[in-house]
Amino acid sequence: MSVEHVSMRIIDGYARGDTDIAADEVWALEAHMEMCGVCRDRLSAAVTAGAPAVTALVDTVWSGLEPQLAAVAPVPRRRHWSAWLSGWLTPTMVPWLAMVMSVTLLALLLDLVGNGSDEVSLVLLLAPVLPVLGVAASWSRGLDPAYELTAAAPRAGLYLVLRRTASVLAVVLPALLVGGWATGVMVAQWLLPCLAFASTTLALGGVIGVTRAAVVLVAGWAALVVAPTLVTNRTTFVLHTGGLPMWGLIFALGIGVVITRRGTYSVLGAHR
Amino acid sequence: MTIGKDHHPMPAVNAADIAPTAYAWEIRATGLKVGVGRKHLAVDGLDLSLGTGVHGLLGPNGAGKTTLIRALATVLRPAGGTLELLGEPVGRMGEYRALRRRIGYLPQEFGYYKRFTVREFVEYMAWLKEVPKADIPAAVQRAVERVGLADRADDKMKALSGGMVRRVGIAQAIVNDPSILLLDEPTAGLDPAQRLRFRELLQELGTDTCVVVSTHLVEDVAAACTNVVLFAEGRLVFQGPPDELASVGGPEHVGDSPLERGYSALLLGPERGRRTEHGRRTEHGRGTW
Repeated sequence: MSVEHVSMRIIDGYARGDTDIAADEVWALEAHMEMCGVCRDRLSAAVTAGAPAVTALVDTVWSGLEPQLAAVAPVPRRRHWSAWLSGWLTPTMVPWLAMVMSVTLLALLLDLVGNGSDEVSLVLLLAPVLPVLGVAASWSRGLDPAYELTAAAPRAGLYLVLRRTASVLAVVLPALLVGGWATGVMVAQWLLPCLAFASTTLALGGVIGVTRAAVVLVAGWAALVVAPTLVTNRTTFVLHTGGLPMWGLIFALGIGVVITRRGTYSVLGAHR
Repeated sequence: MTIGKDHHPMPAVNAADIAPTAYAWEIRATGLKVGVGRKHLAVDGLDLSLGTGVHGLLGPNGAGKTTLIRALATVLRPAGGTLELLGEPVGRMGEYRALRRRIGYLPQEFGYYKRFTVREFVEYMAWLKEVPKADIPAAVQRAVERVGLADRADDKMKALSGGMVRRVGIAQAIVNDPSILLLDEPTAGLDPAQRLRFRELLQELGTDTCVVVSTHLVEDVAAACTNVVLFAEGRLVFQGPPDELASVGGPEHVGDSPLERGYSALLLGPERGRRTEHGRRTEHGRGTW
């Protein structure tokens, strides 16, 4: 939009320090100068042209300041990368993500080494619970020293939870994608359980706290699926393609619960 | 005259700056109940109205001070009664983003990230508090200068002493220029000189902010607070200016200063009930403090 700028007459008068400019004009001019770079440029040009006394004064001040400015240590270079990262992850979460990644790699290695000897895929078995650990780490009292400050901030709540969950998934999913591709597992077969577990952790976390929810889910998964599978050496029904609609349903339910109960993530309870 | 296009003009004074407030008290609680765990009520039927100024929240350990401050910071939700902050009722659900932007909070256990510099940490907190991106560097610098840490702003947090860390905590609490400032035991770990400086800062902030300082040090209250809120077992025992609290105590009560004697008279003395009534009367009378 176009803006009414200050007339040259007032600018010249202001630069010379005229006393005959009306008070309301001075007020309007100064208010306008605060936000208009164009008019500030015009004023400084007017000062150079019409008020040598002011220019001389400014030059004197500058020559006095310059030695002092040179002595001040420059502000250290800002670590933009780390500032950007802390918007997406808890600053203490990196070790956790590294752990999750190494578990994935280990599972992948074991799968590749033991390929052919049995039909159980470790990547498939671990895929659902890996993001759970990351989600727990992103909203946990024990791992985030500033959890109470975070919980009291306006940005806390569903928005921040989802942001951090998304960044956990952004790290874990590519690793699983590589793992799934290398072991020949269908993408939907691990992706849906993965997302279902992440959403269930958050949904349950709104009730009993995210860390507790993660512990419950991981323990349940280990007892009900991982242990029987390893004992019988057969992939259970839930991980076959027949189980996919069920995982989809759990995912949708989890998302639904998270959205309807979004207010609960901004209180201390969700950090348990 | 018109010279081409320019960025969107902004008035020099924001409309929000001169808008009249739509509330009588920054903090108003009636019959407030806040639970800790399943059954225990740490704040049990509290009536309290706090306006601009520095309010010292005094009380023995376990009186429910931290729970009350957490409820005021909206991280714990009331189990009963009503709580209004800046005119907005706080209920059981909801995120209260707009309200939280105007609250500053220093928790009792101030956790921080050791690898961050002071500036990075306060910047991160400003981001969490949704301070407009363009204003963050200036707001951070101002907050860090106000707590006297400008020369250490680019040092890592792990290199700071306990008192300095506490001051970073105060800096992050004031970085969003809050209307309600909640400080839970802010003087813990400060040496005497820093404590004096901190009291000055409190008085300065108290001119246009509702500051609630929880403490168990009576001398902090005497020096910096315009109003004392004495709190025991989840209930209000006394509310009034420090002088009035001092006048309650007689020579027969325990304590080294008049305030301490007043404190022990109210918490241990036999006329406790009567003074409670008096305290509440002052509160409803409005404007006596």
